[in-house]
Amino acid sequence: MSKQINVALVGNPNTGKTSVFNNLTGLNQKVGNYPGITVEKKEAIVKLSRNLKAHILDLPGTYSLNATSMDENVVVELLLNKNDKDYPDVVVVVSDIENLKRNLLLFTQIKDLGLPTILAINMADRMDRKGIELDIELLEKRLNTKVNLISAKKNKGFESLKQSIIDYNKISLNPCLDASAIDKDYFDSLKKAYPNQDLYKLWLVITQDVNFGKTNRKRIPSESDFKPKSDSEIKRLQQKETIKRYQFINNTLKETLTKDLALAKGLRATIDRLLIHKVWGYVIFLAILFLIFQAIYDWSTYPMDFIDESFLFLSEFVKQSLPAGMLTNLISEGIIPGIGGIVIFVPQIAFLFLFISILEETGYMSRVVFLMDRIMRKFGMSGKSVVPLVSGTACAIPAVMAARNIESWKERLVTILVVPFTTCSARLPVYLIIISLVIPDERWLGIFNYQAVTLMLLYLLGFVTAVASGWLASKMLKIDFKSYFVVEMPNYKLPIFKNVALTVVEKTKSFVFGAGKIILAISIILWVLASYGPTDKFENAEEIVSSTIDHSEMTAEELETEISSYKLKNSYIGYAGRAIEPAVTPLGYDWKIGIAIISSFAAREVFVGTLATIYSVGSEDEQTIKSRMAAETNPVLGGPLFTFASGISLLLFYAFAMQCMSTLAIVKRETGTWKWPMIQLFGMSGFAYVVALIAFQILK
Amino acid sequence: MMTVANLKKGQKAIIGEMTSQDIPLKLLEMGCLPGNHVELIQIAPFRDPLYLNINDTYLSIRKETAKLINVELIEDE
Repeated sequence: MSKQINVALVGNPNTGKTSVFNNLTGLNQKVGNYPGITVEKKEAIVKLSRNLKAHILDLPGTYSLNATSMDENVVVELLLNKNDKDYPDVVVVVSDIENLKRNLLLFTQIKDLGLPTILAINMADRMDRKGIELDIELLEKRLNTKVNLISAKKNKGFESLKQSIIDYNKISLNPCLDASAIDKDYFDSLKKAYPNQDLYKLWLVITQDVNFGKTNRKRIPSESDFKPKSDSEIKRLQQKETIKRYQFINNTLKETLTKDLALAKGLRATIDRLLIHKVWGYVIFLAILFLIFQAIYDWSTYPMDFIDESFLFLSEFVKQSLPAGMLTNLISEGIIPGIGGIVIFVPQIAFLFLFISILEETGYMSRVVFLMDRIMRKFGMSGKSVVPLVSGTACAIPAVMAARNIESWKERLVTILVVPFTTCSARLPVYLIIISLVIPDERWLGIFNYQAVTLMLLYLLGFVTAVASGWLASKMLKIDFKSYFVVEMPNYKLPIFKNVALTVVEKTKSFVFGAGKIILAISIILWVLASYGPTDKFENAEEIVSSTIDHSEMTAEELETEISSYKLKNSYIGYAGRAIEPAVTPLGYDWKIGIAIISSFAAREVFVGTLATIYSVGSEDEQTIKSRMAAETNPVLGGPLFTFASGISLLLFYAFAMQCMSTLAIVKRETGTWKWPMIQLFGMSGFAYVVALIAFQILK
Repeated sequence: MMTVANLKKGQKAIIGEMTSQDIPLKLLEMGCLPGNHVELIQIAPFRDPLYLNINDTYLSIRKETAKLINVELIEDE
């Protein structure tokens, strides 16, 4: 019978741990979330030998077992909990050759937990180039373990790493240093109070509660003869522990590692000189931003048009080939367009993550953080807020999640709060159709196209509002915080294609299945609300329309259009739209736009689709909807409904209002309370309403 | 008292006794400990944050944190 063991991969960020995981497991990995939190969990089952399988878990990167973030906490929680089904039989600490010293800190901590701990030193292919020599035999002796040199890039050393995992029970469980020597009395009394517990685990549980306040565990019963220390004494001891570990590491490496310092620097300094230059640094960053926007808004249109047409075709095909009836309508008008509405964003999301993962893999992102920190801090954010704000131009959902690695809670919260102001791609279809209706397609001074300029101004407006509200939020939020800004500046590396591809696939998948569920559900609900009505006016629409209006001059098609628009008016959603009409009239809208706005609270891009349903044009073809919209008249003022005034009012409303339930849900998950998403919902939408109102009243 | 925040570009120093409670533990873990070397590689365009090499690890921290780290300058070699 074959046996299965649990293997945990642990390591510092930027050590290529994920590449090591990819090389060990190939493509059969599974990506999910840890229960209850949105930290990504990557695992895979691999056959090591004929009768041994390994469940390999790629834990989040961490510098030590003193967790300060949700991701890092996952590592500590797992290593402390023997009852966890993933509790490792063996731990592989992945380190990189150039930062061995720092990487060993984590190694010595894990070794103290009494687990078989293998050291895998990655990027061994760089040793010659960097003039590094390592005495493996002596290192193994000092660290009491098996040391493997590997190279994820060149796919070398993995056979012997696998062999070390197979032989895991030959590894000594003794720690390589005695950390309790930092305060002998304290640790002795701790041991006496809980004789059955592993001493280092006890210490971690205690420090964990100090470092990471959210763990309300009761794993250690209180004992009378044990005197707990104050938080500041514990912090002091943690400092001492770190110093003690480094003393051991420094001594060990002095014996085993030689480094030719002159060789180690060259490339970094040269590239840095350019990338963080006080002028060129910003120019290059702007150029890269421009490239990202170009990809998201230009290159993406080709696959997006294709997706759009395919779904229209599919919907039509289902309608033709299935027997007519409620179910067919639900599938062809509710579910298929609903799924299409999600899939259409895949190209943009994929491009976004392609760029972000390349920038992160190469080490460039840390330089951007370095360049932007001072500027972003003026607006209550951190240099690390740049990634969320850039991601926000594709979609706020991954952007809110990207705020996670901002250390200071206040800066992170401000970033999460303002990100939805950046112009996400769901606003684009709304902007495009309204701009084409109300802004003339002419050139100013023969160069600048008014429509293009308007669109650009709207982007700028989104960004400026995000930054300005960041400044405002940081003034208003009374949160005491200390800056824990520490950013590693990794070496420049060429991105590994496999890593980038896997990141893009995973992130896109999690967007489609995460946000997709909500968008799909809403489109089905909308369809139901538009397909049923509270009174029999809806049921008998055909007779009422045929008998009340003179249709002798109409074609069958025109009559059909009249009937469906009468039906919609008397459907549930029609009633809702007319109920809010008094509220939207001062903004220059009618009840139909009112409905489109309500349904947009599911997701903004629904606006165009809803108008298509309302005008029963049958297809989402832009020209058709546009000509219908242009023909609409204003019920109160008379004249065309879509004028410059009402168009601008609508554009401003969409620029500012919080109209995305998926984003609200993700903000709730990331902040742990409904307070912040509610502030966004009412604050942003209220602001949008007031601005749209003022704009219409002035311009009309 | 000289701190990391007073260093000029290219200057090297040795980290002294750590007294402040507000120095993030993460920084210590990355090698910012008494006796280790620190070199100021570069200052960001608006004079903050600072790009350092501490004990062979390259990292950047804000000035407010740098002010908490006491150092002794190594005389120009």
